[in-house]
Amino acid sequence: MKTPLTTLLLATTLTIAALAAPLPFDFKDPKGVNNAVFKLDAPLEAISGSANGISGTVTFDPANPSATKGKIIVDATTLTVPNSMMNQHLHGPMWMDVANHKELSFEAKELKNVKTTGDKTTADASGTLTIKGVTKEVTVPVTLTYLKGKLGQRVPNLKGDLLVIRANFAVKRNDYGINPKAPEEKVSDEINLTLSIAGASPQP
Amino acid sequence: MKKALQALAALVAVGVLAIWLGTGAQRGWTKTNLQTITVDNVTGIESPTYRKGFVAGVDFLGAGTLIAGALASLSLLFRKKNQQPQTEH
Repeated sequence: MKTPLTTLLLATTLTIAALAAPLPFDFKDPKGVNNAVFKLDAPLEAISGSANGISGTVTFDPANPSATKGKIIVDATTLTVPNSMMNQHLHGPMWMDVANHKELSFEAKELKNVKTTGDKTTADASGTLTIKGVTKEVTVPVTLTYLKGKLGQRVPNLKGDLLVIRANFAVKRNDYGINPKAPEEKVSDEINLTLSIAGASPQP
Repeated sequence: MKKALQALAALVAVGVLAIWLGTGAQRGWTKTNLQTITVDNVTGIESPTYRKGFVAGVDFLGAGTLIAGALASLSLLFRKKNQQPQTEH
């Protein structure tokens, strides 16, 4: 009698622990919608482009969103602007030096000012941002939307959850050595970045 | 030669203007990758995608005008053909 009871108790404990554990979300989206958009002001027209080579993993606990941690990587070779000549300059050594710095990344180490309403959590994510080989400590406002059981709607035959992360923040071009000689009257020092990404956590 | 250069300058100017107007009279830079935004209906993420295309911008218009101007200026280096002097009988 004692053994079945112990087994049941152990199984229940393990189930609860599994349910409460942080979920790992993979941000290599099979549909390829994940993107980072950048924008710099310039006199004739703002220079705007995007990158869709997103990967990385974030662990998110729906019961404790403040424990969220992870790293998002952007493949610099996927940076695209609408003008092919500008694209060559963007990838070149003066600007992003894609040949030598193939990745941009943000590693979230801590969430502050966490507020959760329903499936949406807003917070300030502190961590390290690496662009063109320069790493700096930054804090960026993020919105996390936990879509429980919605993975199957995007990827048929898969069960699991989705986590959508949105962030909008600005960095200084000169802080990361991105064409520091370019005069600010021709192209702004401030680069506005918008991240819109969805990660999947499949469940068996 | 003078008339040929002037005609070429006019042709370049009109052609460039026609292309600029025909592709939407874009007041920004020339675009060789055209952006389309798609929205993922589950996550709501707006995703920009690019396809090859051409929209002439003011840089295209400016470059065309400069070339036309250079051709017209070059034509000034050539003299008009001398008219045959009329001979009195």
